[in-house]
Amino acid sequence: MNNILLCGVGGQGTVLASKLIAFAAMEKGLNVRTSETIGMSQRGGCVVSHVRSGEEICSPMVPKGGADVLIAFEPCEAVRNLAFLKEGGALIVNKKAVKPVTASLTGSAYDGSEMIEYLEKNVPSLTVIDGDDICERCGSAKVLNIALLAAAAKSGQLGLTVGELESAIRKRIPERFHEMNLKAVRLAAGET
Amino acid sequence: MAKRFLMGNEAIALGAVHAGVNVVSGYPGTPSTEILETIAKNNKDGSVYVEWSVNEKAALEVGAGAAYSGARALVTMKQVGLNVASDPLMSLSYVGVKGGMVIVSADDPGPISSQTEQDTRHFAQFAKLPVFDPSSPEEAYQMIQDAFELSEQIGAPVLFRPTTRVCHGCASVDVKDEYEPHKPEGFVKDTMRWVIFPRTSFLNHCKIEKRDPELGDRLSDYRFNKLSGSGRLGIATHGISYAYTCEALDGCTDEYRLLKISTPNPFPERLALEFLKGLDEVVCIEELDPVIERELIFLCGKHGLNVRIHGKLDGTVQPAGENTTESVKDVLSNFMDIKRNEQKLPEPPEMPVRPPVLCAGCPHRASFYAVKQATRGRKAVYSGDIGCYTLGNAKPLDMVDTCLCMGADVTIAQGIHRVEPDTLNFSFIGDSTFFASGITGVVNAVYNRTDIILIVLDNSTTAMTGHQPHPGTGVTMMGDVSNAVSIEKILGAVGCTYVRTVDPLDLSAAEAAVKEAAELTGVRAIIMKSPCIAVSKPGALFGIDADKCINCKKCIRELGCPAIVLTNGRPEIEKSLCYGCGVCAQVCPVGAIGK
Repeated sequence: MNNILLCGVGGQGTVLASKLIAFAAMEKGLNVRTSETIGMSQRGGCVVSHVRSGEEICSPMVPKGGADVLIAFEPCEAVRNLAFLKEGGALIVNKKAVKPVTASLTGSAYDGSEMIEYLEKNVPSLTVIDGDDICERCGSAKVLNIALLAAAAKSGQLGLTVGELESAIRKRIPERFHEMNLKAVRLAAGET
Repeated sequence: MAKRFLMGNEAIALGAVHAGVNVVSGYPGTPSTEILETIAKNNKDGSVYVEWSVNEKAALEVGAGAAYSGARALVTMKQVGLNVASDPLMSLSYVGVKGGMVIVSADDPGPISSQTEQDTRHFAQFAKLPVFDPSSPEEAYQMIQDAFELSEQIGAPVLFRPTTRVCHGCASVDVKDEYEPHKPEGFVKDTMRWVIFPRTSFLNHCKIEKRDPELGDRLSDYRFNKLSGSGRLGIATHGISYAYTCEALDGCTDEYRLLKISTPNPFPERLALEFLKGLDEVVCIEELDPVIERELIFLCGKHGLNVRIHGKLDGTVQPAGENTTESVKDVLSNFMDIKRNEQKLPEPPEMPVRPPVLCAGCPHRASFYAVKQATRGRKAVYSGDIGCYTLGNAKPLDMVDTCLCMGADVTIAQGIHRVEPDTLNFSFIGDSTFFASGITGVVNAVYNRTDIILIVLDNSTTAMTGHQPHPGTGVTMMGDVSNAVSIEKILGAVGCTYVRTVDPLDLSAAEAAVKEAAELTGVRAIIMKSPCIAVSKPGALFGIDADKCINCKKCIRELGCPAIVLTNGRPEIEKSLCYGCGVCAQVCPVGAIGK
């Protein structure tokens, strides 16, 4: 069974990313179960998507210590969900912090850097992605999810190759967005 | 059959369509909302009638009328919605239906997006109605079709209770390619049947008490109530906890006797007795209330069985919150050799908390801010309600002093006024909530001569549940544009002494209206009208001129907008989040914020 956990902040595009992984796995004839955070947390709160594929899957939720890949859209959310990553699992994390209102109000200096340092010390298979840079080069903040997926595909543990991801984008995303998303794939998968 | 990747709610929706449903009504509420939306989306030929009703009571009554007329009716809501619909529900249980009627009430263990952790299975027992409890999207697709069939067979409505992880989990589901449409017979007059009277209720009550034990016996053979495995330790579970239990046992399910209850009411006694026979101990793995646990304890007493039942009642299982595979493993580790498989990680750095917040550009932020400024220095209580605007409670706005249930802001404010007549009592209500259950509260205030200031936060949508239309928008789920109902006209017609509509994004106009209303008495109403950012286009983005900014941080301290962040100790507008509402530019004391 392949277990993927995506985490981030409401509004960052985790749901579409999890759908793409699920569709690509289904194309391979695998059974898929996913679980999404829908509701109040979508308003800037913590969100988590679980994607599991394989022969037989009981629960739609990845258990702690069970994720082959953790795809974190935000550094602090990576640390918050690190217990889900299995030993030897791959962590893909976006460098850019999303500063919560609570942090700005208290004058906290949170900028994600101490989270990245912690991850560098404790996760052997870590890929840090400069999502901001890729989004800027592709001309849209919306390609962050695709960039992270591409880096995850490159890790070899996503259960899906970079080529399969590109084909899923062509099949599942409206044509006018193909070019910018495929560019994000190239930038992210070529970067590491 | 075709394989489709469906969310649990979509599976329920397609299952209902494939059962030939004719009429669908409901009120939005997480985690149930996508059921009705999916039916509307798959209704291009308009063969199914679909509506968002004003509230759950209206939805249930629309469904009942359709089912009286022989139609198959589906009614959808979240668990607290069933409280609103409980009046017709209790009576409908006695009166019954002709066409199959299924009421979906989605429960929310956690709770993740709800006020309570109430358990619809209790409502089924209380109302004496059958209830189905699916454990996966695949099962939900099949089970909702069984529910329609059962409802028609027994001539009573049937409850269907999924929980969040089934509603919002996706799976590949085998769905039918074709289905038979159901043809309603039409309404046939029969006073003894459709008019509820004490005498008929007595007779119907007798029938129900006779029916239920027989039905429980029949449901002992129901395909989704499952008994498996062997041994002297039993595990009884249900719903999504069944999935967690199977995963926790990791393929060793045959070593234990496992009971899955999919129809908790009427309880399948014969199946449960077969399960209990020869066991020493049973662990009940349930979410919300210990319904199965109590039934098993009851059966042990009734049949003199010497089996120890563990669960929530003896503290073996946590009393509240969601189960997970890990929590089930922890519980089962008291009875068997089972381990969690987590790595020990060094202590992480301090993580900032991240509660949900009003979006950047949300007009509610401006409304709350305007009222706060206008009442500065005055004694005021701000009663809030259910919706995105409950998030106005967070600092720095801090503008929600009470929140209880749908519509309660209007009436709670009246109660506070009776004790504290000198306090300015504000009541904040959203547009959809106003139609759902706010109007009666306003009438109560006018009739009983109360002094309150009602602020209607009209963002032209039902935002929190994912932007459903409501009577004020005039858009229906059948794709028509009907008569939009005017909130302003309603408020004027019921006798509010002051009714104004203002754009909250114009802070000074909004503040002036609040100040004016505060000087008057009676029921004063201000409609703060500005669309939700999800249903409107962004304006030109704003930025902070670093040369003009005096770094007073007033924009951060007073607004709490997620788009204004501190970078190197100075406020900065995060372009990817800004929606161009311009409220921060009006708050800045030195005019440093502009387009």
